Amino acid sequence: MKKYLTLENGDVFVGTACGDLAGEIDGELVFTTSMTGYQETLTDPSYKNQIITFTYPLIGNYGISLGTNQSDTVEAAAVVVKEMTDQVFHYQSVISLDAYLKQSKVPAISGIDTRRLTKIIRQYGTMKASLTNQPIDANRAANEHQASIIKMASLSTTSDKKIDHVVLVDFGVKDNIVRSMQRPGVDVTVVTPESTFEDIVNLHPTGVLLSNGPGDPKDYSNFLPVIQQLQARFPVFGICLGHQLLALANGAQTYKMTFGHRGINHPVKNLETGDIFITSQNHGYAVDFDSVKSTPLKVTALEVNDKTVEGLRYPGRPVFSVQYHPEAAPGPHDATQLFDHFIDLMHTNEEVH
Amino acid sequence: MPKRTDINKIVIIGSGPIVIGQAAEFDYAGSQACLSLREEGYQVILVNSNPATIMTDDEIANKVYLEPLTVPSLKKILIKERPDAILPTLGGQTGLNLAVELSKDGILDKLNIELLGTSLKTINQAEDREQFKDLMETLHQPIPASKTVYDLQTGIQFAHQIDYPVIIRPAYTLGGTGGGIAHNDAEMTTILNRGLTMSPSTECLVEKSIAGYKEIEFEVMRDHHGSSIIVTGMENFDPVGVHTGDSIVFAPTQTLTDKEYQRLRDASLTIVDALKIEGGCNVQLAQDPFSENYYVIEVNPRVSRSSALASKATGYPIAKIAAKIAVGLNLDEIINPITQTTFAMFEPALDYVVAKIPRFAFDKFTNADRKLGTQMKATGEVMAIGSTIEEALLKAVQSLELDKQAQVNLIPAYTSNLSLGELLERIQTPTDYRLFELFAAIGKGATIQQINRSTQIDLYFLSKLENIIKMQQKLTDGLLSADLVLDARKLGFNNTMIKAVRSVTDNELAKLDGMEDERTVYKMVDTCAAEFESTTPYYYSTIGSENESHPLGNSIVVIGAGPIRIGQGVEFDYATVHCVKAIQAAGYNAIIINNNPETVSTDFSISDKLYFEPLDIDSVMNVINLEQPIGVIVEFGGQTAINLTEALTQNGVTILGTSMHGIEQTENRHDFEELLINQKIDHPKGDTATNAEQAHEIADELGFPVLVRPSFVLGGKGMAVVDNDAELDEYLVPALKASHGEPLLIDQYIHGIECEVDILSDGHQVFVPGIMEHLEGSGIHSGDSIAMYPPQHLSAETQDKIVAIATKIGQQVHAVGMMNIQFIAANDTVYVIEVNPRASRTVPFMSKITKLHLAQLATQLILGKSLSDLGLNPGLYPEPTKVYVKAPVFSFAKLPGAPTALSPEMKSTGEDIGSGNSLPEALHNALFDSYHIDTNDLHGVVLISEFDAHDDHVESKLKSAGFNVQPYQVDMVWPSEVAFVLASQDETSDQKQLVAKALSHQVPVFTAQDTVLGIFQPQLIK
Repeated sequence: MKKYLTLENGDVFVGTACGDLAGEIDGELVFTTSMTGYQETLTDPSYKNQIITFTYPLIGNYGISLGTNQSDTVEAAAVVVKEMTDQVFHYQSVISLDAYLKQSKVPAISGIDTRRLTKIIRQYGTMKASLTNQPIDANRAANEHQASIIKMASLSTTSDKKIDHVVLVDFGVKDNIVRSMQRPGVDVTVVTPESTFEDIVNLHPTGVLLSNGPGDPKDYSNFLPVIQQLQARFPVFGICLGHQLLALANGAQTYKMTFGHRGINHPVKNLETGDIFITSQNHGYAVDFDSVKSTPLKVTALEVNDKTVEGLRYPGRPVFSVQYHPEAAPGPHDATQLFDHFIDLMHTNEEVH
Repeated sequence: MPKRTDINKIVIIGSGPIVIGQAAEFDYAGSQACLSLREEGYQVILVNSNPATIMTDDEIANKVYLEPLTVPSLKKILIKERPDAILPTLGGQTGLNLAVELSKDGILDKLNIELLGTSLKTINQAEDREQFKDLMETLHQPIPASKTVYDLQTGIQFAHQIDYPVIIRPAYTLGGTGGGIAHNDAEMTTILNRGLTMSPSTECLVEKSIAGYKEIEFEVMRDHHGSSIIVTGMENFDPVGVHTGDSIVFAPTQTLTDKEYQRLRDASLTIVDALKIEGGCNVQLAQDPFSENYYVIEVNPRVSRSSALASKATGYPIAKIAAKIAVGLNLDEIINPITQTTFAMFEPALDYVVAKIPRFAFDKFTNADRKLGTQMKATGEVMAIGSTIEEALLKAVQSLELDKQAQVNLIPAYTSNLSLGELLERIQTPTDYRLFELFAAIGKGATIQQINRSTQIDLYFLSKLENIIKMQQKLTDGLLSADLVLDARKLGFNNTMIKAVRSVTDNELAKLDGMEDERTVYKMVDTCAAEFESTTPYYYSTIGSENESHPLGNSIVVIGAGPIRIGQGVEFDYATVHCVKAIQAAGYNAIIINNNPETVSTDFSISDKLYFEPLDIDSVMNVINLEQPIGVIVEFGGQTAINLTEALTQNGVTILGTSMHGIEQTENRHDFEELLINQKIDHPKGDTATNAEQAHEIADELGFPVLVRPSFVLGGKGMAVVDNDAELDEYLVPALKASHGEPLLIDQYIHGIECEVDILSDGHQVFVPGIMEHLEGSGIHSGDSIAMYPPQHLSAETQDKIVAIATKIGQQVHAVGMMNIQFIAANDTVYVIEVNPRASRTVPFMSKITKLHLAQLATQLILGKSLSDLGLNPGLYPEPTKVYVKAPVFSFAKLPGAPTALSPEMKSTGEDIGSGNSLPEALHNALFDSYHIDTNDLHGVVLISEFDAHDDHVESKLKSAGFNVQPYQVDMVWPSEVAFVLASQDETSDQKQLVAKALSHQVPVFTAQDTVLGIFQPQLIK
């Protein structure tokens, strides 16, 4: 069965339908260069409403396994691949990617010259696209689809000894951020972005984590005053969207990147130590470097290649953020120590107060 | 850290002659590193005894020493040059071992020379099994239960403790030489004894076998600051148990989940960090296919064959970056040469699949043990890039130049007589033909589960093989629609493969191809999956809707030489690279098509455009149809390129250089004979036969001994000297088979001095750079002979005759470019025995000596220049005062069971050079890295085979030279000191045993009487 991928700029790619065969969807077209970790990627809430193109041609090689998802279901709107593996043999696989997409009602298209598509995105920037069963007018793809702020139920976790209590503000958190934070002695409570400062204070956090999430950080302007209050009182750790919100809350600016960073091979240099990590990234917006100068924040890390702001710190306060994903999943574990660092800050902070 | 300014002069140690386990990849790494260091302003001194390398070109280093790779020789150079540092991690195991020895010697401390890249401690921690084990324990990295043993008894006891099967890995040997898997005490005894003997430290690791695990490799870069990256992960098709050099390998990894991948990545980075590697490092790991368990197999703290593969697979130039790291630069300070816009501090993202298939020499050594294990046997490899596993694999298969029938049909003819049961049993043992036998088994209806049980190869890969065979069946009897052909193309089927199973023409296929939107296009290799704009001139073909390669215009295509094999080695890559340089200097764009990941020619920076493609007519014509070059040059890519000439000509392609007609005049037996007769040039009488009966008639007429060989051969494949009818019968069967229907040549065998020349010609006049005389007489392949230049035993008259004949032949065939002509000089008569209408193996050797870049000059002639334009006078070039010797290097120890006696069939894998003021001095220098003998320091007895002992001539000559000669008897006690061994035949068990024992005791082995007599003539002994 044929499937049509129509781009905002008028380009049409014809491929074979897979995943949810009948499904049609509009979304923002992005690409990721990760060669492994498609399951983690597709279930990452940051990809909400996005049509993900995989630049690696063979996707689905090891199927879908338990305990790998980053949320309950496939968050991506649709999937574009060169080839989707039909037969799966990995011992941990419970279902093939194709079957999982069908089950999750997520349409996909295969047989696409994904390199050509990637180059178009690189050139024109991230754009709207439609995945349909019949040829359509390119105008439809161009229609703006506002990404609505997702409302998520609070999930609380418990641990044996409650020494530390992290309140995680969930803008679309990846499960592995929660998993990376959870450990003996650390309790994690997940709250929605609708929470007020008082709501959070009443949970008696020892630290607040601002999660990743989809969309434009400027859509969360309501939450910025909350962050301003939180950072005066608690250790704060921002990841990805959380990093951008911390910047906005302190008066810095964000901008939409041409085609974003999506992949697990991005080098990030810590400006304070000179250390360089290979990091997992997924963002289409970034913090404007120059705008940080007039804020109390300090840039602590940059992407080696395009010098995107990758880390911020509030000097004198236990407040910091990173643009990349220290929790990996998928991707390298080079920066997982940031979660330990956050806990250390909570302890130091207690002593300070 | 910015680059270091406290050092200026750096010595780079090369890897020496090509042997199995250490091949062209080190020429690639070494030359890249030299250029990279010079780019940073350092003075580079290079030492290597292998003349057939780009790295030993004068342009590559500030100074090149073509000297033996021994401690005394290196010491002499260090004392003379007084360098600040040595970079030992680019010359393979040879370079690393030499650095260790030099350090132990104390000379480095004495002269205050620093080891760059990797400390001695690191080398020891990675290479010494016990230290490595301790380190892994400290790092909590799992390794299979193991123990280092120094004697057999301890080894057997330990094996009982951890249960068979166990792997035996000798310490400090090339390519795992001497190792193996033992399943019982008997196997253990054989393998461990061999391993202990071959290890320079009499040390072996006995280790729990984890055969059947997935074998994964990571290529890691780490800098002085400690930043590190993975260039790529690679997954072996063959599970643990087959040496990675002998395995089919895919990049990136295919069957690992992100969790598994990251776990192994973490392990690799942890290890490399603990070793404080500064440069490139290879980590081999084993992943249990059924649990989260993994093991670390080994770490190579240097660039390796795998790093060459990883460089070509990703575009990330590991050796180049490693050299920069060694002088202090950090990864984020080095620009990624591919994108030019990003830095070396990132992990390449691939948007294609890479397949590597090893190339073995079993087509020549049909009797050798073809079983693959932990000891590497491959002489070379091919790589292919595609969008699917199937496409990459089939493109690699088409690149092998192994067995046309099997390559095209995938199911080898011989398997048609085998039952499925027999096939399933055969595939349990990994061999060079297992891939084809897997195809055959699937063709006979085997399920992939059955095959998985027999081979433990991952079902994922097997399902891809099944897809290929299913497609082949559809192509055989399905409706041949445009859709089907497109699907077949996506799996890598080219026209030849389709036509092999379906009666259809190229035109019909082109019509079907034209009906689809997707077609064969070229995509760029850019390290970043198109995330960043790149301008790398490095392309591969695949099926897609956008072609990224735009014709260069004003271009010339150079056909490369494909995989390294016996008979077609790195020399042809050397010539290819020089041809490209000359094309560029003449103002044209040079395009290379080649498929060998180990070589310099497949570095994207060498040519104006590189197509990493099979060298079959389909792939080559696709490139030509797109690029529309001015012409194609076939003279430098060995027989691979020459063999394409006819098909290219038929397709209307312009061949630059000697015309197709000229090539046929020299390669076609009858045309050639006619030419020689017309020109009154002496040649051995002979005739052609297409069957046994004719062969006997001709032999009887000529009189024995006769030389039998197929036409159109390289490296004397299928060639033999036979003494009587019975021997002739014995040779006819394989020789007829090897000839693929081409007639067989039967020549009168003339005993005399063999010599050869490479000529340069503009079609009118002929320039002879020099005459090389062979130490061994006729009947021994020129590639296996010791060559001397200038000639030592040829009269001026004979030399004049040789030049005159060479000139006559060059003029008659209107040779344009290069040609190689071989002669026998006997009793004042000069016979022509062979003409190769192309650059030969000796081009780099003669180029290094004469300081003339012969391949470049030849290219200029091909491009229309005359000899006088180039300032070359017709006739013989003046001879040097020094004497130069080229000596062959054999890899017998790696190929148990292979014939060893020198014959018309070539056996050597590489060569070295020695020079001196006299022949003895030059020979002495050449023999270190070739026959591993120091002719000035011989101790002990000379063991000769019974056969050679019967030859009074040999025995008495050796005795008169003062040697204590002892005939070898089966199972005799091995003397405590053996100077060398001579076994000029390899048929009987005593001869075989003598050679095998000598190899395992690392005693120099000579396998031709002429070699020994030539070297040890009394007047040559000090």
